[in-house]
Amino acid sequence: MNMPIPEVKARHASVDQTRLAALWRPALVQAFIKLDPRQLKRSPVMLVVAITALLTTLLCLAPDSGVSTGVAVQIALWLWFTVLFANFAEALAEGRGRARADSLKAGSQGLAARRRLGDGSYETVAASALRKGDVVRVEAGEMIPGDGEVIDGIAAVNEAAITGESAPVIRESGGDRSAVTGNTRLVSDWLMIRIVSNPGESTLDRMVALVEGARRQKTPNEIALDILLIGLTLVFLIVVVTLQPFAHFVGGSLPLIFLAALLVTLIPTTIGGLLSAIGIAGMDRLVRLNVIARSGRAVEAAGDVHTLMLDKTGTITFGNRRCSALHAAPGITPRELGEGALLASLADDTAEGKSIVEYLRQLHGFVEPAAGQFEPVAFTAQTRLSGIDVGPRRYRKGAVDAVLAFVGMQRLDVPAALAREIERIAQSGGTPLLVCVDKRLLGVIHLKDVVKPGIRERFAELRKLGIRTVMVTGDNPLTAAAIAAEAGVDDVLAEATPEKKLARIRQEQNDGRLVAMCGDGANDAPALAQADVGMAMNDGTQAAREAANMVDLDSDPTKLLDVVQVGKALLVTRGALTTFSIANDVAKYFAILPALFAAIYPQLGALNLMHLASPQSAILSAIVFNALIIVVLIPLALRGVRVQAASAAQLLRRNLLIYGLGGIVVPFAGIKLIDLLLNALHLV
Amino acid sequence: MHSYDIALLLAFFAIVLLPAPWLGRFYYNVMEGQRTWLTPVLGPVERACYRLAGVSPGHEQGWRHYALALLAFNLAGFVLLFGVLLLQGHLPLNPQHLPGQEWSLALNTAVSFVTNTNWQAYSGEASVSYLSQMLGLTVQNFVSAATGLAVLVALCRGIARRTSATLGNFWVDLTRATLYGLLPLCLVLALLLVWQGVPQTFTDYVHALTLQGAEQVIPLGPAASQIAIKQLGTNGGGFFGVNSAHPFENPTALSNLLEVGAIILIPVALVFTFGHYVKDLRQSRAILACMLALFLIGGATALWSEHQPNLALQSSQVQQTAPLEGKESRFGVTGSVLWTATTTAASNGSVNAMHDSLNPLTGMVAMINMMVGEVIFGGVGAGLYGMLLFVLIAVFLAGLMIGRTPEYLGKKLQAREVQLLVATLLVMPVGVLVLGAIAASLPGPAAAISNPGPHGFSQLLYAYTSGAANNGSAFAGFGANTVFHNLMIALAMLIGRFGYILPVLALAGSLAAKRSAAQGLNSFPTHGPLFTGLLLLTILLVGGLTFLPTLALGPVAEHLSQVY
Repeated sequence: MNMPIPEVKARHASVDQTRLAALWRPALVQAFIKLDPRQLKRSPVMLVVAITALLTTLLCLAPDSGVSTGVAVQIALWLWFTVLFANFAEALAEGRGRARADSLKAGSQGLAARRRLGDGSYETVAASALRKGDVVRVEAGEMIPGDGEVIDGIAAVNEAAITGESAPVIRESGGDRSAVTGNTRLVSDWLMIRIVSNPGESTLDRMVALVEGARRQKTPNEIALDILLIGLTLVFLIVVVTLQPFAHFVGGSLPLIFLAALLVTLIPTTIGGLLSAIGIAGMDRLVRLNVIARSGRAVEAAGDVHTLMLDKTGTITFGNRRCSALHAAPGITPRELGEGALLASLADDTAEGKSIVEYLRQLHGFVEPAAGQFEPVAFTAQTRLSGIDVGPRRYRKGAVDAVLAFVGMQRLDVPAALAREIERIAQSGGTPLLVCVDKRLLGVIHLKDVVKPGIRERFAELRKLGIRTVMVTGDNPLTAAAIAAEAGVDDVLAEATPEKKLARIRQEQNDGRLVAMCGDGANDAPALAQADVGMAMNDGTQAAREAANMVDLDSDPTKLLDVVQVGKALLVTRGALTTFSIANDVAKYFAILPALFAAIYPQLGALNLMHLASPQSAILSAIVFNALIIVVLIPLALRGVRVQAASAAQLLRRNLLIYGLGGIVVPFAGIKLIDLLLNALHLV
Repeated sequence: MHSYDIALLLAFFAIVLLPAPWLGRFYYNVMEGQRTWLTPVLGPVERACYRLAGVSPGHEQGWRHYALALLAFNLAGFVLLFGVLLLQGHLPLNPQHLPGQEWSLALNTAVSFVTNTNWQAYSGEASVSYLSQMLGLTVQNFVSAATGLAVLVALCRGIARRTSATLGNFWVDLTRATLYGLLPLCLVLALLLVWQGVPQTFTDYVHALTLQGAEQVIPLGPAASQIAIKQLGTNGGGFFGVNSAHPFENPTALSNLLEVGAIILIPVALVFTFGHYVKDLRQSRAILACMLALFLIGGATALWSEHQPNLALQSSQVQQTAPLEGKESRFGVTGSVLWTATTTAASNGSVNAMHDSLNPLTGMVAMINMMVGEVIFGGVGAGLYGMLLFVLIAVFLAGLMIGRTPEYLGKKLQAREVQLLVATLLVMPVGVLVLGAIAASLPGPAAAISNPGPHGFSQLLYAYTSGAANNGSAFAGFGANTVFHNLMIALAMLIGRFGYILPVLALAGSLAAKRSAAQGLNSFPTHGPLFTGLLLLTILLVGGLTFLPTLALGPVAEHLSQVY
């Protein structure tokens, strides 16, 4: 748990490079396989291009007087390339996701399971034969055959295959650590597991389904965008088809191949060809974060959230109180206090005790007694103190009341300066620990919840994007407010109970806000189900994992912030390429129209702003540009457009400038360049 | 341009822009049934209407019922008008004893007035009786505009309401739009026009003997009342054949200014009405800025083009002014061009100059104004709902770029909304290009043009554009009164009207039912110059570019052949 995220990213980045190189060969093969009309019909725009390519190929056999066969064949070829490039983009995106899923799946091939029968005896079956509700027994050294819930036993499980975390984790029945994932290895003891998913529904299967083009469910926004692209395609189909009767009306005729070229350049092929790849790559980014989404819908919703509800412990703070300062009692030097606090904590194995030792070792170079030279005194429920005895001297530390009882003082007897300090620590949400040696009060240790480094900056980034963060904690309002101020969250839900959490989510939703949260306990399940985006921890309960629409395999609640970024990047990429694609049409018009009508109205040559060499080279250049731009944009589609922390207005201005204005300008340069090349190479 | 040209332009913008905020709030109050200063007078009339019709004003309708009521009302209006036009020879108030119209012409005319198009394949004084003018045409002039207004407020409510199953009551909206929205303004304008010399009489046409001894027939009639509503209701159907170029329809410089201003007075005001519905006038300003920008781009191009000397005469030593052929010399080039730009930007269609005689670029501006779907001010109600569709398309296209599912004023745009938007995107291409291409491919109908080459093509293209856009103006020279064109253009008008209205109402219903997301720093900004620019580009790219190849064959080719 709490694996630092940068490490994850670094690990995947290096894998990425090698993987891409190995991916493009199979992707090329896939590009041809995907010419299958059944697959093409998932992308109507590309289906239209494929049909046009087919018609153009046939037209090459019946040459038109206005178009040389060489050019006709080239146009037909480039139309096919347009389809192939789009297929290639999808295959490449799929390949990246599948490579990871395959490696995970490899282990589960031929896995056997010991299934319990009605009479209590066991039979050995293939893991793939297990159904929901089956109970299996797994022994140390064996693989867990499927996703399930521990109903008996306690064991250490190595989940490295899924999470990449090599340290085994404990799984036991009941409580919040009862869920297990298929294809992970038991390293000790035994478990009785109730299987919770049928074949094809496991975490792994879901992971694969998200990144496989043919099986993938389109997300709601993708469906809406698809409809718009179909609409635009229809509009341009009408434009092109009616052009011939109009041309006849004014006494001319247009070469059919040129009309085909006009159609393909006008319809939004760039976004149409890359839409699927963008979707798959978006899911793949999530998978690489080690988060599994139940559906793509949740990922889009993540981009839309207004409010993040974050548990304090583990997300905002490290979860353990740590020593942050010491304050000496009157008449005690800091060194005396430091030495006393260090000695009183030497034998304390709790995280708090260790943090005190660590803090003081950095501060002063004390000579510490060797292990045999002192007598450790452990914490007990009666004394509520811990420390060591060195010879006759008894060093102790503990809660204020416990230490006062030990030294035989009343609250009122505490020196005023020290009492003030204790009060201040409590006020700020920290915990004061008193330190004493024998009957002498040395001072107070300030323990506090330490906010994770960098979290404040991330919240600030989210705020710029208009996302509010609400810290959820069981602490009292005072403590909660202090930590909230330090972490920079926008709001606090203190003394939170599952009911309060649920009520808060409903209230936010009633105000028109989308809420994301993460949780792991069984009592988080209703809130996880209510939230628009609910992320469960993989090491949490099965109930939570069922209720959530995402599961984080690393069980790192901070991931929620990354998921929001992934959702936003997915939407921005789609929008940017749509805008770019439509803006491209301006230049294409100026390239094709003068060429198209050259025979009827030579005066339209005045619209040839790019001074393209000839009608044939103009049309060919536009088609080539149209095909190549898909290839050029594949890296962007796969990587996704980066979403900066900025307000909607700033994001819009910036992206409009790049993809809108860029979309108008780039093709002018691109088409001109291709025209020069085509003519230099004497291809027309 | 002379100083009086500039004075005309300034006066025009003053009379349409200055009252707009006030008038816009008035329309909001009226349509939402709030008390206004007219309530004491018109309130009893309104209530009497409901009692007579058996409408309970408190009963709200869902979008389906709203649409059904609208369709039923429009169908009834069509049947009535069609009947009157067919049978006018046997009906009273027909001092000229004009016979009934031929069936396809009557059908075309009836569709034309019901759809707020006012395409006229006939000449008013020669073929329509006073009864047909008043009972048939003028009534439809009112209620077709009121229908547009009703659809607009239904859409406004759809955007503004949260999780609502209803959009209002069509009968109530229709009554209020007519009674408060149109009648008082028309009364004022009609009186002003009468003052300026427009006839308003039931007497027979006057027969006069000219100095040469020839007999002259001077047509008269109840013109002022109809002219007021044809301008204010963006109808455009002239009382006389040559429309507002006729000295009785448009006698003076002042009447010219009033009439051209009246074209977009209500459409401009309604932009503010929308702002009151969504409780955010910044939205209105952004939309209005976009409309104005498009209007100015088109208008400036047209003005520049019309003030160019005739290139054919440049070689000969002739002193040239701006070409006046086809323009009413009383109003000059600027007065004519202003009217042309305004009448095509709004879906009015009345004219004070002959569009056929315009320079190719001016003609193209007129066509583009219509081709983008009459959203630059546009028809009463119809212009703004068309514009809001473009707003939604712009939000959907660019909204993704802020990393959120597109939302307009808190309402998410999902598959259903996009489906309906796409349906409206197809209206103009189908109405103009598909029907136009059919007309162009048949030898008989294609012969209706009076010029060869690109200009002839412009005539045909203009006719179908005007029909589908529910504009109603024409390139003279196109012989539209044939059974084929009467029926085809009627079809174009129906597609152009109900192809928008039905998806818009469905959209309103779908939006009204949605929850509204909180507005904040991360919501898509739909106000301010950035959005105005985005909207402008969307209209030009999505609406305008569609027609560029077709325009290249007509006005573009004609213009370039003159220049080169």
